[in-house]
Amino acid sequence: MTTQNQRTIRFVRAPKFILVWFAPLVFLAIFYFYPLGSILGISFGREQVSFATPFLDVFGSASVRNVLYFTFWQAAISTILTLMIGLPGAYLFARYNFRGKSFILALTAVPFVMPTLVVAAAFNALLGPNGWVNLVLMEGFNLPQPPIQFVNTIYAILLAHIFYNTTIVLRMVGDFWSHLDPRITQAARVLGASRWGTLRHITFPLLLPSIAASALLVFIFDFTSFGVILVLGGPQYATLEVEIYYQTISLFNLPLAAALSVIQLACTLAMTIIYTRLSTRISRPLSLQPRGFTQKRLTSWSSRILASLMIVLLLALFTLPLLALAGRSFTRLGPERGQLGDVTRGFTLDFYKELSVNRRESLFYAPPTRAIAVSLGYATATIVFALALGMPAAWALARNDSRANRVLDPIIMLPLGTSAVTLGLGFIIALGRPPLDLRASPLLIPIAHTLVAFPFVVRSLTPSLRSIRPRLRQAAAVLGASPSQITRLIDIPLVGRALLVAAAFAFTISMGEFGATALIARPEYPTIPLAIYRFIPQPGALNYGQALALSTILMVITAVGMIAIERFRIADIGEF
Amino acid sequence: MPGLKLVDIHKAFNETRAVNGVSFKVAGGEVVALLGPSGCGKSSILAIIAGLLDPDEGELYWNGLSLKNMPTHKRDFGLMFQDFALFPHMNVSDNIAFGLKMLSIPSDERNIRVGEILTLVGLPGYENRDVNTLSGGEQQRVALARSLAPQPRLLMLDEPLGSLDRNLREQLVLDLGEILRQMNQTAIYVTHDQEEAFALADRVVVLNHGSVEQIGAPQEIYNQPASKFVAKFLGLSNLVDAEAYTLDGQTYVKTPLGQFPVQEEVFGQVTLLLRPDGMRVSDLGDYVLKGRIIKRTFRGATCRAIIEVSDIPLTFDFMANTPLPNEGEHVKLAFDPQNTIQVLRKS
Repeated sequence: MTTQNQRTIRFVRAPKFILVWFAPLVFLAIFYFYPLGSILGISFGREQVSFATPFLDVFGSASVRNVLYFTFWQAAISTILTLMIGLPGAYLFARYNFRGKSFILALTAVPFVMPTLVVAAAFNALLGPNGWVNLVLMEGFNLPQPPIQFVNTIYAILLAHIFYNTTIVLRMVGDFWSHLDPRITQAARVLGASRWGTLRHITFPLLLPSIAASALLVFIFDFTSFGVILVLGGPQYATLEVEIYYQTISLFNLPLAAALSVIQLACTLAMTIIYTRLSTRISRPLSLQPRGFTQKRLTSWSSRILASLMIVLLLALFTLPLLALAGRSFTRLGPERGQLGDVTRGFTLDFYKELSVNRRESLFYAPPTRAIAVSLGYATATIVFALALGMPAAWALARNDSRANRVLDPIIMLPLGTSAVTLGLGFIIALGRPPLDLRASPLLIPIAHTLVAFPFVVRSLTPSLRSIRPRLRQAAAVLGASPSQITRLIDIPLVGRALLVAAAFAFTISMGEFGATALIARPEYPTIPLAIYRFIPQPGALNYGQALALSTILMVITAVGMIAIERFRIADIGEF
Repeated sequence: MPGLKLVDIHKAFNETRAVNGVSFKVAGGEVVALLGPSGCGKSSILAIIAGLLDPDEGELYWNGLSLKNMPTHKRDFGLMFQDFALFPHMNVSDNIAFGLKMLSIPSDERNIRVGEILTLVGLPGYENRDVNTLSGGEQQRVALARSLAPQPRLLMLDEPLGSLDRNLREQLVLDLGEILRQMNQTAIYVTHDQEEAFALADRVVVLNHGSVEQIGAPQEIYNQPASKFVAKFLGLSNLVDAEAYTLDGQTYVKTPLGQFPVQEEVFGQVTLLLRPDGMRVSDLGDYVLKGRIIKRTFRGATCRAIIEVSDIPLTFDFMANTPLPNEGEHVKLAFDPQNTIQVLRKS
């Protein structure tokens, strides 16, 4: 117990702890634990011989064993590849100052918030059969077929995963590394350790918790990857997530889907618990130093060349696919289906103009512009829900009662480790029947999005609430500010920016969410990612173009949200 | 009587008694230092006076009126925090103007006041600086300016120089004293550094384990420490147990060093303080101690020697030009017991 807690001050006397937690916990209970419980209920509650029957069925099936094996295998390979690119990058950003660094750092945030469908479409626009690279090669060498097979191969999956998760390693390891006192390694060098010896005996062991934590997080994300594998991997690759989706949507085998979800849940839960443990270990290490102290300029030529290579690699990784996407969405290259004769190639706005046209004149077919409106509506609702629930939770966490936090923090983070597809399946099973039939409710999707956004919202609010040291409130009170003035002049200005950041997180996450939405959305109200998913596999340049146009719109919206996050995040607050 | 009065204040955190029956007064225009080691309850006392903390027992008066139930923001007291607690989202000017704003002072008047006070603390032209970019000394001055700006009837300073390095501290202590006198500011200054307390305060309250050990002017406290704790805290380490008796109307003390007459009229077990500066290297005189030099340290104007007398190590200061024997050699010290030996009132 800290003395701060006992020094209860008249005007900031805390409401009862449990009251603050009430709304967030009730929300999680109804919309997280109850659906997951229903999945468990379906798995274990069937009339069957024993508890383990559904799992014996699952493990007994060779195809499911293959799915499990593939899920772990691709996650492991993806993680290793991500570390191989991320760690040198982390070193570069941690220890050196160079021109354009802040630009590249800002750029690294791009993939983190880019929706999977945008990324899938972007890689498709770059390396797919109708992508830039193949088109240029076909043109240049007069080839009848696209020479590069990328889409529907494992390489597409791995590359997209690297694109997504390199940022995690760059940021987590890089941030920790940048605060690590360089005098520690200098001391080792003075004591006679070689460069390599210092790295092996000093730097690496010190970085290990952060490397392990970032690797685990990358692994979790790769493990629960859904959209990338569905769109880029094609029908022959199925992870647990994809298999749950197929079983639910195509085969409507809910019991098998539920059993697969239970396995998925158990794996991610275990990994999330380990991750939470690891990340608390990073957050209290050593004597950390301010960045200005630990960083130097690139001086030698060899380091400049290596740094340039790294920078070019990262720039290519983060920008090429997205540039390809945006460019391709404005370029007509192939003929329209059934169209004969010469095609006018080059710049076109047709794909965007087509978006508002209901070409099929079908009642159930929604024009893509409706998807934009639907997505914006859901995102707005998500912001409201996520802030209303995230504020009290963050406030309670910021009070730093370590015993309660140890229990509640992982509960808050649970949705992060639970796959969106599992959430969607839980919603289908639990919220589609009495006592809580929300199938027809337009709130179902914002609720699912709120669950996904919740950990991000809480995590971005907590440090800022914590940064309001009790001292500042006391100082204001001593200077004559009444409790309401303290809230208005101290609390809200300090938290306001964090609120904007949290809202931007909720917004971008909702706009891009695919996994849960794919399972629970009603066909006549598709979101943008769903519309993209429908367009991509359809033949014809126009459909392909429209998919890319929608992806570009979503990319721009997401980028705006991301810029808002970067812009309003209070730089280095709570750091040094 | 104008000023602050604390009567028998108690405060406990769980089992720890942070403040244990503290009473003292601060008169109008007076600067009182609360001096004591860390954990002696100084900061808790400030928090109680500011109204940030409620006492378990005891009364608090301003100009004879009880402050009970008066919330912090109505007390019109200033408090300068040890870590300054500058508002990170406001610039220098807005930080300083905060208290004036709370008094609903119009903005043009506020700006004038901020300018004046920045000049007073030696930071003219700093209005638009970001507080996060200030150096430690500058932050300290801004914090001082912020707490002075609303002209509080009482200003409390909680170790205001504690987080600064030594050179800066010596300069700022002088400046701070100057500013407080110039504004005739009633103030309580909390510190663990006796030099700061002596340099700034009209009176000093020495605290230990939440209780008052001694109250007095700096001179008085240094010349007549009331207890072993105060003597040790001031660096007066020559404490000797003795037995006092009276013969022909004169009090004598019997110690392992010998028997000496003293001025105080006492009886029984007492503790003596031998002032560190009362010894001459000489064997001429009625009272001479024989000892061996254990350690000699050159300290600039003076020379400090630890001299073992009858197995008791005693520390004495001599003029630097005093011909002291080498370490390990014997020395004879002549002194005047009436001026050199003090009997502590409390042991």
